[in-house]
Amino acid sequence: MYSRILMTTAFSLIMAHSAQAADKVPVKLPDFEPEQYVHTAPTLADLDADESIHPELRKVIKRGYDLFMNTQQLRGENVFNDMSCRNCHLGEGRQHWSAPIWPAATTLPDYRDKNWQVNSLEERIAGCFSYSMNGKPPAYGSDNMLALVAYHQWLARGAPVYEKNIAGRGFGKVADPAQTPDYQRGKKVFQENCAICHGADGQGQRVNGVVQFPPLWGDGAYNWGAGMARVDTAAAFIKHNMPLGQPGKLSDQEAWDVAYYINAQERPQDPRFEKSAAYTREKYLNFHRRTLYGTEVNGRVLGEHNNTGAKPFLKPEALRSRTFD
Amino acid sequence: MPQRKPFLGAVTAVALTAAAIPAAAADVERGRQAAQTCIACHQADGAGNAALGYPRLDLFAEDYIIQQLQHFKAGHRQNPLMQPFARNLNEQQMADIAAYYGAQQAAVPTPPATDAALLAQGEKLVHQGDWDRHIPACTSCHGPDNRGVGASFPALAGQHASYIESQLQAWRNGTRSHDPLNLMLAVAGRMTDSDIKAAAAYLAAQPAK
Ligand code: HEC
Ligand code: HEC
Ligand code: HEC
Ligand code: HEC
Repeated sequence: MYSRILMTTAFSLIMAHSAQAADKVPVKLPDFEPEQYVHTAPTLADLDADESIHPELRKVIKRGYDLFMNTQQLRGENVFNDMSCRNCHLGEGRQHWSAPIWPAATTLPDYRDKNWQVNSLEERIAGCFSYSMNGKPPAYGSDNMLALVAYHQWLARGAPVYEKNIAGRGFGKVADPAQTPDYQRGKKVFQENCAICHGADGQGQRVNGVVQFPPLWGDGAYNWGAGMARVDTAAAFIKHNMPLGQPGKLSDQEAWDVAYYINAQERPQDPRFEKSAAYTREKYLNFHRRTLYGTEVNGRVLGEHNNTGAKPFLKPEALRSRTFD
Repeated sequence: MPQRKPFLGAVTAVALTAAAIPAAAADVERGRQAAQTCIACHQADGAGNAALGYPRLDLFAEDYIIQQLQHFKAGHRQNPLMQPFARNLNEQQMADIAAYYGAQQAAVPTPPATDAALLAQGEKLVHQGDWDRHIPACTSCHGPDNRGVGASFPALAGQHASYIESQLQAWRNGTRSHDPLNLMLAVAGRMTDSDIKAAAAYLAAQPAK
């Protein structure tokens, strides 16, 4: 069902759609490479329609979906900022170029450069809990972890295991900027294109206490160890997903500038912090060479503080190292 | 527990929409007087008219009403019934009327339930969107219950279906423009006639407040 030929057809349909005259604001996303595997992740409607799925399993997958869409229900337990998984993995975690989550189910366990070891799907999810959610992952093997894993794996339905040449995985790449990313230019892009939703102070907006637009920096945002803190990762996310509903609106330069501006603001400490930001940066340079952490911007060293946001500890125990030597 | 230190976030002073500032503070009583020319269509309590497609006005933040009146005046919203009334208002009157309608709570009966399949289609689009067509959920901008967010994102819950439909069509045919960043133009441009009917029917049936 998910053969490459069929997928190519699905791909051209998407293309034909965005070319429709009715589409007043064009969606501009990178093309897929011809040899790539293109996946169409199933939707909740498919789940309800699939009678081969045991009702108990359906319940578990739906629980995973619910946790993914409203992760704030775990606030104070596993989540200590204002984020939900869906905030960075748009469209229920299915969307191309919005780091669709299902590839983790077909490519892990695998070695990850981030922590120099082989990671399972649970550990990958735990990674986003520890950094993006500034939190403490649900215990490995717990009900909530099982539910999240079930949702990821079900989204991967029909995808080939260990196929790694996947179309639309991650956030894509933005070509190197013509000019070095710049704080002042980024601030202008932010005020003109982002502040209406994320707030002039980047703190997002709430409606009756519920997060409506997530914060981009400060205590409620992702911490210094999160993938989104890498300027290139944020530039790609923004270019292909923001402003909401207008993928490809910003120029490459604007995406880099605004990503730089956002990631030149303060946020909760990297859970791997030791001694000083400069020391931690050096120790995890494989990651931090792409962030501004531990460097001086506008006269202050970013991340040189002991603020862990609303989280009453620095490092969750789930982040542990292993070796098979 | 590590000691907490406040963030020294850069102070970003931003002038959002440049809504002109009236000479005197907005006044509900003056607004009531000035609204006498409006009530034939929008009613004194702002209930509007479902059959004729005149919108409810009691749902909105004051600045949203002012912004829309300016859009009619500037021709960014084209409508032969409404534009002459907006053109006749000065900024003070706009602010007063916005304060007046903003303070109303109209009694609008919930429309009789139509086709259940249509409502289900609308509910899905409104709460989940259709990401394969790059349509985000309406709730992601209009609020969890579609009761609006700040002055930029208007309430939709409880609005007349006829009006919701006419506005989505207006973006599609170019008679409504200048929405901030083309946020709504982008979404409306991707909706089909059937999406529009379904979303409008569902939204109109939701409680306004
Ligand atoms: C602040 C943004 C953010 C939030 C919130 C977030 N993530 Fe992520 N996630 C990322 C980034 C960045 C990546 C790496 C993307 C890349 O490959 O460049 C990622 C990658 C992943 C992957 C791996 C995808 C792949 O291609 O292998 C999974 C699985 C995942 N996240 C799950 C989650 C879950 C579950 C949650 C909620 C508990 C969550 N994420 C919350 C930013 C976020
Ligand atoms: C119309 C409102 C809107 C605009 C304008 C907008 N965003 Fe967003 N943004 C959102 C929403 C809503 C989400 C969460 C998506 C979801 O949950 O479906 C989000 C998510 C994000 C995230 C990931 C989550 C987080 O809080 O870290 C980043 C980063 C981001 N936006 C940056 C930007 C930037 C930069 C701009 C301007 C170029 C921008 N956004 C413009 C509404 C908006
Ligand atoms: C002859 C009927 C009529 C009269 C009188 C009238 N309006 Fe309207 N009004 C309309 C119609 C029709 C629309 C929808 C126009 C469109 O489709 O863009 C509208 C739209 C509006 C809107 C936009 C609401 C929204 O949801 O965006 C505002 C605000 C408004 N009118 C205010 C007023 C005020 C204030 C007055 C009096 C000074 C007034 N109207 C008089 C018919 C009328
Ligand atoms: C990306 C943000 C965004 C999304 C998503 C969105 N809207 Fe909007 N919508 C807006 C903004 C902003 C306005 C105000 C436009 C203006 O100021 O003229 C608006 C206005 C409207 C109006 C006119 C209301 C009035 O009183 O005149 C309607 C109707 C509407 N939206 C329907 C929808 C529906 C239906 C959906 C979901 C299919 C949706 N919107 C999704 C941003 C959005």
